[in-house]
Amino acid sequence: MGDVLAPWELPITPTLVVSTAIATRDFQDVHHDRDLAQGHGSKDIFLNILTSNGLVERYVTDRLGHDIDVLGIAIRLGAPAHPYDTLTFTGTVASVEDGVATIDVRGAVSLGDHVTGTVRVRA
Amino acid sequence: MSLHDQVMAEAARIQGLGETAGREARDPVNQPTINNWLEAMGNTNPRFAAGSGRGEAPPSMAQVWTMYGLGGKPPADDPLHGMMNVLTDAGYTAVLGTNCEQEYVRYLRVGEQVRVTTALDSVVGPKQTAMGEGYFVTSRSTWYVGSEVVATMLFRVLKYKPRSVVEERAPASVSKPETFVLRPMQNRDTEFFWDGTAAGELRIQSCNACGALRFPPGPACPDCGALDRGHVVASGRGTVFSYVVHRHPPVPGRDLPILIAVVDLEEGVRMVGELVNVEPDDIKIGMPVTVDFRRIDDDLTLPVWRTS
Ligand SMILES: [Zn+2]
Repeated sequence: MGDVLAPWELPITPTLVVSTAIATRDFQDVHHDRDLAQGHGSKDIFLNILTSNGLVERYVTDRLGHDIDVLGIAIRLGAPAHPYDTLTFTGTVASVEDGVATIDVRGAVSLGDHVTGTVRVRA
Repeated sequence: MSLHDQVMAEAARIQGLGETAGREARDPVNQPTINNWLEAMGNTNPRFAAGSGRGEAPPSMAQVWTMYGLGGKPPADDPLHGMMNVLTDAGYTAVLGTNCEQEYVRYLRVGEQVRVTTALDSVVGPKQTAMGEGYFVTSRSTWYVGSEVVATMLFRVLKYKPRSVVEERAPASVSKPETFVLRPMQNRDTEFFWDGTAAGELRIQSCNACGALRFPPGPACPDCGALDRGHVVASGRGTVFSYVVHRHPPVPGRDLPILIAVVDLEEGVRMVGELVNVEPDDIKIGMPVTVDFRRIDDDLTLPVWRTS
C-alpha cells in the first residue's frame, strides 16, 4: 500500500489516435478526421474513451505484471488528448483488501488531467 | 409543462423500459481483432498474444465487441440514444463523456458470442457546467455470453448547450453568462484545497509522517510514501518563478492576453495561477506576488496572484 507505480510517458501521435479508434471499432469522425474535428470546435482529433480505458489497462498491467487479473476500471474523463501532446500516467496503490488491490491512476496531458480513476486488480 | 418537466418525464418513461432486449456483437470474440487492438495500444502482454494457448481477450476490450461499427445505427428502442434525442430536441445538442466505470466479471475467450443490453440509469439536471448548461445522463450496459454476465459498464455523459449557442440565443438585455472557466478536477485528494480557497485560505498538503509539503495534492507522500496527510495554510506570499503570456487561441468569455505564472511559495512549493494586475511587459521573474481569491460560483473559488 502506498507503493508508487513508475510513470509512463506516451507521446500522442495522429497515428496513435486513429489506429486505436479504429482498433476499438469507434468510427466517430472526431477520432480520425481533423477537418471535421475542428469543425465541431475541437483543436484537433483526440483519443476516444475506449482507448483511454485500454491505455489504463496497459499501464497498470505493464507495471504490476502481465498475469494480474483486472477486475474493473473506473475513470473520470477530463482534458482531451490531442496529437503532439504527451500523456503521462502515474499511479499509486491506494488499498489492498480481501485480495483486491485498488490503484489510483492519473493520465495527464498539457491541458490537465485527461483521465483520473481507479483500477481494481486481484492482488 | 416546462421543457425541464418534459425532459424528466421522458427520462422516467425510458428508465421504466429497463434493459433493452440485447444486441448481438457483429463477430464472435476473435484473435485478429484482438491483435489489431494490441498493436494499436502498443500492448505487448503475452497473455493475449496469438499462440499463448490461453485464448483470452483483454478485459478493456469488452465494449469493443458490441460497438456499432462504421455506419452502424443504434436500434430505435435503445434507451441511451432515445434519451440523447430527447435532449437534442430540447436544445442540448453537444455531448461529452464524463465517467466510464467498467467491471469485468471474467475475461472473454476467443470464440464466444457476446450480447449487450443497455438501460437508462439516471438523468440529472439542468446543471451549470464549464461547458454550458446540461444534463448528466447515466446508462448501464451489461455484456452477456448466453445468460452469463461477463462485464458491466456505467457510462455518464454531459449533454449540454454549448456556451456560444447560449450566447447567440440570449436576448441582448440578459447579462452575459458567467465567465468561462476550465473547472479543475475536484476529488477526495484535492477537496481540502478547494474548501480552503472557498474559505480564503491557500492550503498546502502536508505529510503527517515526515512533514514534507507537496503540490499538487496526491494520495501518497512522494518523499516517504505515507498516506496519512494533512495541510498547512500558506502565508500567500511568493515570487514569480516562471510565466507564460497566453495570446492565442481565444478563450470564450475572456479578454486576451491572460498571464499565467508559476509561483514559488515561501513554504517551498510551486503553484500555477493567473496573474491578475500586471501587464505582460511588466512581469519579471522573481517579482513578489500575493495570493487573492476569485469566486467563480458556489462550487469554485480560484486562487489568483497579484503583484505585492
Ligand atoms: Zn512523508
